[in-house]
Amino acid sequence: MTDDALDLATLADDELVEQMHDDLYDGMADEVVAGTEILLARGWSAQRVLNDALVEGMRIVGVDFRDGILFVPEVLLAANAMKAGMTVLRPLLAETGVQRIGKVVIGTVKGDIHDIGKNLVAMMLEGAGFEVVDIGINNDAQAYLDALERHQPDILGMSALLTTTMPYMKVVIDELERRGLRDRYIVLVGGAPLNEEFGRAVGADAYCRDAAVTAETAQTLVRARRELAAAS
Amino acid sequence: MSSQQPAETEPAPGTEPDARGVLVIACGALARELKAVVDANQLTGLRMQYLPAGLHNTPKQIPAAVEERLVAAAGRYAEVFVAYGDCGTGGALDTVLERHGARRLPGSHCYEFFAGAEMFARLHDAEPGTFYLTDFLVRQFDRLVWRALGLDRWPHLRDDYFGNYTRLVYLSQFPTPRLLDDAQRAADRLGLRLEHVPVGTGAVAPTLVSLGMPAPAVSR
Repeated sequence: MTDDALDLATLADDELVEQMHDDLYDGMADEVVAGTEILLARGWSAQRVLNDALVEGMRIVGVDFRDGILFVPEVLLAANAMKAGMTVLRPLLAETGVQRIGKVVIGTVKGDIHDIGKNLVAMMLEGAGFEVVDIGINNDAQAYLDALERHQPDILGMSALLTTTMPYMKVVIDELERRGLRDRYIVLVGGAPLNEEFGRAVGADAYCRDAAVTAETAQTLVRARRELAAAS
Repeated sequence: MSSQQPAETEPAPGTEPDARGVLVIACGALARELKAVVDANQLTGLRMQYLPAGLHNTPKQIPAAVEERLVAAAGRYAEVFVAYGDCGTGGALDTVLERHGARRLPGSHCYEFFAGAEMFARLHDAEPGTFYLTDFLVRQFDRLVWRALGLDRWPHLRDDYFGNYTRLVYLSQFPTPRLLDDAQRAADRLGLRLEHVPVGTGAVAPTLVSLGMPAPAVSR
């Protein structure tokens, strides 16, 4: 920080949160960490800092990315800033034992090693209250099935960046069908070359165009499924 | 922009309508290769138009940009051919082409139609963490890769982008010592090992020749 830099500690809570949105937007990881620590020191819960400062800040970043105001490098910087804030919050969230909305297994499909979008989605899902099991990149159907068996999630999330690898999502979903497991999981798909039509064609429950939409969709579908189960 | 770059926004000279001719709407990244094939085979029946090569980095904009040219060309040529692969449009380009009865080059992207589907699949399967460059992308590496990814301003993001990659394959069309040096420099900047695979112009030459003229004189 320079000498004339803003002293975050002098800001009122609402101003500080707004400043943290700006700092997140500008990818200023150190400032986001500092703001996070100040709010915690003022008695904010980790969950409230996460929701109001970090997740809301990333939602704004996501909107401007969608609208072509921000580009991939800026989103990556913002994601790294959020990741830095999450590093402070994650142990506190674990300590407080906050009730999770649900569990997600997420991974990039076979033949594809791209994970920037997937990592961002995982972070936003975590921010939205999900337990996230990230199985990484280049996953074949068996790797997904093994992870589903082991972790028993509510949601399977699959990501692909390449036109050549995205059809593999159908291989995984077909395998779930073949084994009679398809209805156990909500399947969400995403990635730059995908669209809603593709999501429908491969048999996913939803195509999610960005990280914020994924978090919203995941919440909506998990709640709907639970309500349905409770009603039946 | 380099003086070697093709005109990116205006139709190239010689694109006046020709009801008996074939219009090729092409990615600007292919300009040199297409010109080499056209010249070598004297494909005088082909009219060339180029779209900005920068669309390579914004594939969602490709279908609309191509459609605009297809609409403008409607009824003015015997055939309109589109020199693109799917190019990351996830099938959206094909939907546009279907609407206008146009065809395109085979494969997902230029790497595939230059290398051939079989070789490209082999390369990808052997090492999914492969980053590909063509002659054009070696020349334009700084603009279309390094700066486009913000690595000139935030070099520390390199491993966020390329941490899962292990090699850079230079699929060359007309390699020169200078291009090979530049490819090596690109690989070094990305922290990847370089492999050079000379593939020539692949499917481009036979496709253009079949559209435009008699037997091929050269295929690369």
